[in-house]
Amino acid sequence: MSEPPLLAKKTKLRRALAFKRSYFCFPYAVLCVIFVVVPLCILLGFAFIGPDDTFSFDNFAYFFTHAENIKTMLFSMGVAALTTVICLVIAYPLAMCLANSKINKSALLVLMFVLPMWVNSLLRTYALQNLLIDLFGMQRGFVSALIGLVYDFFPFMLLPLYTTLANMDKSLIEASHDLGASRVSTFLKVTLPLSVPGIMSGILMVFMPTMSTFSVTEIMGGADTYMVGSMINELINGGDWGGSAAFSLILLVLVAGTMALSNLLSKGKSTDDALGGVL
Amino acid sequence: MKKNKLYLLGKVFIWLMLAVMYLPIVILVIFSFSGSSGIGAWGNFDFTFDLYAGLFTNEQIMSAVANTFIIAGVSCLFATFIGTISAVGIYYLHRPFKNAMSAVNRITVINADIVTAVAFMVFFIVCLNYLDGYVALIIAHTMICTPYVILSVMPRLGQINPNLYEAGRDLGAGAFRTLFTIILPQLIPGIISGAVMAFTLSLDDFVITLFNKGSGLETISTLIYSSTKHGIDPTFRALSTIIFVGILAVLIGINIYSASRRKKAKLAGGNV
Repeated sequence: MSEPPLLAKKTKLRRALAFKRSYFCFPYAVLCVIFVVVPLCILLGFAFIGPDDTFSFDNFAYFFTHAENIKTMLFSMGVAALTTVICLVIAYPLAMCLANSKINKSALLVLMFVLPMWVNSLLRTYALQNLLIDLFGMQRGFVSALIGLVYDFFPFMLLPLYTTLANMDKSLIEASHDLGASRVSTFLKVTLPLSVPGIMSGILMVFMPTMSTFSVTEIMGGADTYMVGSMINELINGGDWGGSAAFSLILLVLVAGTMALSNLLSKGKSTDDALGGVL
Repeated sequence: MKKNKLYLLGKVFIWLMLAVMYLPIVILVIFSFSGSSGIGAWGNFDFTFDLYAGLFTNEQIMSAVANTFIIAGVSCLFATFIGTISAVGIYYLHRPFKNAMSAVNRITVINADIVTAVAFMVFFIVCLNYLDGYVALIIAHTMICTPYVILSVMPRLGQINPNLYEAGRDLGAGAFRTLFTIILPQLIPGIISGAVMAFTLSLDDFVITLFNKGSGLETISTLIYSSTKHGIDPTFRALSTIIFVGILAVLIGINIYSASRRKKAKLAGGNV
């Protein structure tokens, strides 16, 4: 009745060995282990290597016992938070306008906001420096650096917001209006909660890059806009691998923290879609 | 009436923001035709092509431009190929592995550039003993671009008919042949947007390049950064203008192409 046992075994084996579609990710999995996981592990190792090549907490001790290091870290976080808030406050209404079919019908306008992103970011910052400092005679300092940061990272906030708002089900808003809600309460109770994934990915795309940047603050600012990025850069230029690894590790912990927080806030809803829609 | 006013306000807001975004670039373009070292000297604005002539004879800048585009081109090719086939693989993986791969894929996207850069730096020092700058940068750029390709290809996979793959296999095509002749052609829009993104990311990258380039190799970003310390060479104004105009041309080209395709599709639809 049934197949001979040897044949059954053979087909089973063949089926198990057959090429599956999922095998196409093996090369990338290997590359990820070699070039993402291993470097991060080495980074971890380096952070705990002291000046005489032995295991020590010296690098971290150096960080936490020097007030100026902690001050720079907090200052960077503050600057990043301020930049993120300014970007959000400007980008949200703009994204709403762009996503509203009665105000804007063309995808071209959205693309025009992305276009500056394709010019090298340092060239863009250089252009802004020319405009603000050379042409308008502005003083290099905190304000000019902040403008530079907002200018540079603005598209990264705008795009996820636009993608979420444009893909939102418009009938929900109509339903809210039909049920007698005012514009303001429709916005607060329908539009805003539905756009949370977009806001979250916008915040992720702006906060961490701003915090760890040093090119923008160095080109646009002065001595009073010294950020963590500059600190790490100086350690590397000084040949202090351990110190720079330790500082990077602290940043990495912060990244993980923001990630966890954003996952918590968007209630586990993936922000991948909004990220993937950046272009 | 009130509504119309609101819409008008929205339009004004959009155009105002566009003006702000483009003002620095426009100023740069205007002053790329002036030989003056600083910007803002309207009084002695002399219309010359000196900066452009200077750009093409400046070996340092030209080699930086070449390096930037070679690295971006090669890593974009690698990232697009690896990213596309991996997206197919990850999409059909089963639960625990799928989540693990997605998580690993997100590390580089979410991680701060500078952390990735330092991690690559210590890795190249320890494991590959100061690799050649070119190779190191191509590896690093490929690895930071691939996740974005995967993220843009993945959504398209949900839209294709899964039975087509089985049909291809049943009719006797191997896995690779099925992938290349049946799955990939349907993913093309996602692949293109992923490739464009990979190319731009690599072009735009600064920190990862700076920490891993070794000595002697310069890209546009690192060259500008190193020259900001002692006043930027005005030649960069000409370079920015050319890059900007080039991008604008590509964008307009794509737009015209897609408009004509839409028209054709409409006509074809009308005939049937």
